[in-house]
Amino acid sequence: MTNEELKIKLAEILPTATIEEAAEIGPGWITVNVEPIEWLAFAQQLRKEEALHFNFLFCLTCIDWKTHLTMVYHLRSTIFHHNIVVKAKLDRDKPAIETVSHIWRTAEFHEREVYEMFGVDFLNHPDLRLLILPDGWEGKNPMRKDFEDPVNMIRL
Amino acid sequence: MWSFSNIANSIHEWLSNNFNPTWTIIIEMVIAGVAVISLFALLGLVLVIMERKVSAWMQIRLGPNRVGPKGMFQSLADTLKLLVKEGLTPGGADKFLFNLAPFIAMIVAMLLMAPIAFAKDFQLWDLNIGVLFVSAVSSIMVISILMAGWASNNKYSLMGAMRSGAQIVSYELSAGLSILAVVVMTGSLQVSEIIESQRNGWWIFKGHLPMLIAFVTFIIAVTAETNRAPFDLAEAESELTAGFHTEYSGMKFALFFLAEYVNVFIVCAIGATLFLGGWMPFHIGKWEGFNHVMDYIPSSIWFFGKTFFLIFLIMWFRWTFPRLRIDQLLNLEWKYLLPISMINLLIVTAMAILGWHF
Amino acid sequence: MEGFGEVLKMYRKTEIINDSKAPPAEGFGEADMIINVGPQHPATHGVLHLVITLNGETIKNVEPHLGYIHRSIEKMCESLSYRQFIYVTSRMDYLSAHINNHACALCVEQGLQVEIPPRAQVIRVLMDELTRIASHELWLGAMAMDLGAFTPFFHAFRERESINDIMEETCGARLTMNYMVPGGVMHDLHPSFQQRVKDFMQLYKSKVHEYDEMLTGNIIFQNRMKNVGVLSAEDAISYGCTGPTARGSGVSCDVRKLYPYEIYNTLEFDEVLETGGDSFSRYMVRVREMQQSIRIIEQLIDNIPEGDFQTKTKAVLKLPKGEFYSRVETARGELGVYIVSEGATTPYRIKFRSPGFSNLSVLNHIAKGSKLGDLVAMMGTLDLVIPDIDR
Repeated sequence: MTNEELKIKLAEILPTATIEEAAEIGPGWITVNVEPIEWLAFAQQLRKEEALHFNFLFCLTCIDWKTHLTMVYHLRSTIFHHNIVVKAKLDRDKPAIETVSHIWRTAEFHEREVYEMFGVDFLNHPDLRLLILPDGWEGKNPMRKDFEDPVNMIRL
Repeated sequence: MWSFSNIANSIHEWLSNNFNPTWTIIIEMVIAGVAVISLFALLGLVLVIMERKVSAWMQIRLGPNRVGPKGMFQSLADTLKLLVKEGLTPGGADKFLFNLAPFIAMIVAMLLMAPIAFAKDFQLWDLNIGVLFVSAVSSIMVISILMAGWASNNKYSLMGAMRSGAQIVSYELSAGLSILAVVVMTGSLQVSEIIESQRNGWWIFKGHLPMLIAFVTFIIAVTAETNRAPFDLAEAESELTAGFHTEYSGMKFALFFLAEYVNVFIVCAIGATLFLGGWMPFHIGKWEGFNHVMDYIPSSIWFFGKTFFLIFLIMWFRWTFPRLRIDQLLNLEWKYLLPISMINLLIVTAMAILGWHF
Repeated sequence: MEGFGEVLKMYRKTEIINDSKAPPAEGFGEADMIINVGPQHPATHGVLHLVITLNGETIKNVEPHLGYIHRSIEKMCESLSYRQFIYVTSRMDYLSAHINNHACALCVEQGLQVEIPPRAQVIRVLMDELTRIASHELWLGAMAMDLGAFTPFFHAFRERESINDIMEETCGARLTMNYMVPGGVMHDLHPSFQQRVKDFMQLYKSKVHEYDEMLTGNIIFQNRMKNVGVLSAEDAISYGCTGPTARGSGVSCDVRKLYPYEIYNTLEFDEVLETGGDSFSRYMVRVREMQQSIRIIEQLIDNIPEGDFQTKTKAVLKLPKGEFYSRVETARGELGVYIVSEGATTPYRIKFRSPGFSNLSVLNHIAKGSKLGDLVAMMGTLDLVIPDIDR
């Protein structure tokens, strides 16, 4: 599906979402901004809808914008080979979003990584524990911009 | 002609002339004990360097080449290093069993040397149940491995020991059955008589196909019994780090290591004795001239040549095959080797009764 | 006798006290044995830590504990310039360092909107494919060693060494090459590069049958690999597997074919697919992929165009405000580089979508119910490189 067709289709599924045009410079994928509450239902539709068939979550990450956090999901279809980016804006003090680990199993590990690095709480995640960081790092969120570690961090 | 038996006889004569019979026996025993211990150490050194050279040759590299001429003293240097290393006993280990296990392994290996005929008339103890003695004593080996695995208080060791226990107990069966094939043909358990029965040809040639099957079964079974690759599940360093001797260090580790190599030597010596005629030169039926020429080669060279050929075969397995999985290992024994060797034994018995061999 | 009974009672009491002190961990049955494989273990090829729950020899659960080599490369890159951060990425998947650098260079070029000269493109592809062969050679040896066959390791390293020598001559390093820069490659090829690559290909072709004899055709090897760690195509997609791991399950996911970069769309090569989904299929994919890489090198080695090896770029690079994503096919799968730029000289946020991280997450799924010995075969064929997983 081309970006234009995708835009029409996505607008049908979730009218409240704002769909951004593909930027002039960059990979040329359209971006869908969703509310965190709508994300789970939207994700299920993206996966199930025959014409979309987004079955491959190839990147899941989070960005700290100092005022808020943004979850970024990169999706593609292994049949149609089209890509989209889904973004959800989260509150910085108490970030929480529904997990998608039962839709795309790869999200389980990626969400655990985001949980420990950014402190995002994934609701209904089957096993939300520290994955990379050692015990005792709960709640420290080293990838946030205001994280300070005078011992291990070297400022350039 | 130079041979071990002449040396042994001259020593015996000299001792009989100078001492009374009791002292003669005692001194001979001491000499035999010292000879076995030094042979034990020497075999370990030689086999380790042989293994390293064989593996290097197969792996397109040079192997040890720094200590001594062509690296021949490398294993001596390694032994020295192990001797001066601290023998650590883990805190949680059962100290008595932990320290006992390597010695049992070594004692078993030494006991097994008794009935082996190294050359013509050169044998420590030609007991009338020689072959039975070998298979009985060699099964004590598993106790030392279980002991080491249990006493180490380490899960890897325990798993290695359990694997090894299952493996050795299973493979003892087909090893025993293939030994029985020769015993049935010979009609004796005595090592000297088994060798004597091969005067007109080795059993592997005289016994047609069934004997060949018995030989192959024997080699597979003893490879498994000595925990050598591709049956080295007890050690399996990629799964269990070092299996039952994970916690051992220093000389205690070296004893296990030595015992493994000496065991390889012993099973190959038994294989050579049973199937390839031991020290008996290569004889063909009634070709007197040919047989006389063969007799000019000393019997000790025949024995060691055959044994080292079999050892090379077992080393060749180790450096070419991947390891089996535990269930595949037991399947191979219980579903294939055991039925084959049982049927084979029946056929051999029929052959022995009907005289269908050369 | 009574005294003995008292002692026995006391002994039992102490046992019970001990039990109440340390109750069995939740989720583990009483008959389970928990084994820690790693962080130092011969089969993990690095500092991976697996907590394995066993019932006898059968695996009930595998839980990876990561982070023993976590350097937080993503955080580090936030304070490095667009020229500097590429060198750090060589340390991620150190076996395909070239390809990591390539992905980063592509992403920066996407932001700068520079065209790189054809000579640089060909050099990049050549280097990528040589790296892929070297990486697969190392994998082959290490995997065979995990299965207990030592000899293939040395045979595989013979070929890998000659690739490393080529790399050393041209890039000045054998492992972390740092050869790709935004706008092309750092310097021109060594004059003897073509001849040495041809020599290598001759060596490879004359020796490749040895692997078939030692591994592919070996009955023990086949028994160890076939029907072990079966991964279905749906699961491979759901778990985000890429590279040979997914292609062994029949999922077409070669980035070089699906989303071609550089000159891959002009080259003739096949995407290797196997449908078994077991360890043997993954093994065959990698072995056949080496042949395809040889095929690509053959097409290019005599046709390296003359010209510049680098486009002129500014000394200090500044990416425009926006988001950039590039993906390449490393030896282990799809590597994605996601750069969020605020228009400064350093990236605001950078994310590496490493193939190993997703491939590792499938381990528990495929290992359940198999034997401990099989776990080693599975880990071998997933081709885990720990720095790539931890980043």
